Order: sequence, then C-alpha cells, then structure tokens
Amino acid sequence: MSEKISWTGRVRSATLEKFEPEDLLPDHQPAYVASWIYVFGVATLAAFVMLIASGLYLTLEGPAWWHTSSVGHYVNSVHLWSVELFFVFMVVHLWGKFWMAAWRGRRLATWITGCLAFFTSIITGFTGYIIQSNFDSQWISTQAKDGFNAMGIGAFFNTLNTGQAILLHVSLLPLVLGAIVVWHVILVRRRGVVPPIEVGGE
Amino acid sequence: MRNFLEISLNHPAHYITFGPFSVSAGNLSIIIAMMVIFTLALFMPFPNHEDHKVKGSKK
Repeated sequence: MSEKISWTGRVRSATLEKFEPEDLLPDHQPAYVASWIYVFGVATLAAFVMLIASGLYLTLEGPAWWHTSSVGHYVNSVHLWSVELFFVFMVVHLWGKFWMAAWRGRRLATWITGCLAFFTSIITGFTGYIIQSNFDSQWISTQAKDGFNAMGIGAFFNTLNTGQAILLHVSLLPLVLGAIVVWHVILVRRRGVVPPIEVGGE
Repeated sequence: MRNFLEISLNHPAHYITFGPFSVSAGNLSIIIAMMVIFTLALFMPFPNHEDHKVKGSKK
C-alpha cells in the first residue's frame, strides 16, 4: 500500500474495511430473526418514512391548507397517525430489545443510538404538537412554557415562539433524528441483529 | 352533519385514577394496545419460518 495516501483514500479504505457490502445489505438472516418481535424496528422505519413524506407535503402547503381543505385534512391525519404508529412500534421495539438485553455482543453503541433516537423523537413530536396552530397547540405550549422555565430551558427554547418551534420541527430535529436513525441502522448492520439470550449466551 | 366515525374532542379528557396515579383514557388505551401487540409478537407464529432458516445457523 502507498505510504502517502490522500485523506480520501484513507476514508475509502477505512469505510470498505468497516462496512462490508455483505454486512450492509445482507440477503440472509439467522433463524431466530423469523419472529414477530424482530419486525418492529423496520416497522418504526416505515412509519418514519411516512412521517417524512407527509411532513414534506404539509410543509409545502401550510396551515391554512391542512385546516380547511379535505386533502389537507387527510395529509394532516396521515402525519398524525404515522407518528402514533411510529411511537407504538418504537416502544414495542424498545421493550423487545430491553428484555433481550440487546447491548450484548459489542452492541452498546447500537443500544445508545436507539435511546438517542427515542429521546430526539420525543422532542420532535413535542415541537410538532405545538405547531398545529389550533387551540390544542395553544394549550400545550402555554402549559409547557412553565415546565420548561422551571427546568431552566426557557432561556434557549420558548414554546410560545412559534417561528422557533416550526424551524426546529421541520428543519433541525428531522435532520438530527434522521442522522441518528441512519447511524443506528448502520450499527445494526455492522454488529448484526442481537440473538435471543438462549442462543447468544453472555 | 357529523360523520358517525368522527369523535368529538370538544370536552375535557376522561381520566382514570388509581390512588396517586392518574392517566387519561386515551393514553391508557394506547399503553394497553402496546402491551397486547408486544405479547402477540412474542407468541404468534411467524409465517414461513422454515424458509428463513439459513446455512450455518446454530438452530
């Protein structure tokens, strides 16, 4: 190998070494994966894709559209039910992985990125609830303001600042959450799906 | 005219209280639904599970 390899070459070598195509896009899985409990991670991902797609549509059209037109009501409902299913699937996925002790076998980073994705999702969901631009969002944001001030967060994030909440919800937080989810999925692919305790031992 | 599928939210939420614990009926039903889904996922047979077995598997 050349001694004076460029940084792009070093990145390429490290990437190919750490992320083998067979690991990233496997066509076989161990027998224990044939169980419904292993379905909820990808179900969460599917709900996340629906969330992004319906959210992009809502972003293009705006509140006057989603409050008044029948198509707007429909897309708004798709966004709401996607987030409901997203959290239901994610919580069932979390329970399954917790009782499987899914951090076994050098999978601690996978577990931690999953936790980060969960907490980031809660914040993203919260900013979504306070930008519905209806009485529900008004109630939530005014009540949350006192809670956030009590925690000392009010100096950085004012729940009554609709502009800030909208930008967080449609720009920063989806990017951060998307990056964490990609990181989590790459780690799952690198380390493999955790085996049940009776198979994996440890 | 209201559609029969519409649910009116124009009233305070229903809360269920157990001593010091209080939870809205909506949140409680979601929690129960998640527990039912979790239990079903553990015990329901997975379709075509024989096809998923692979070479080199420990089972």
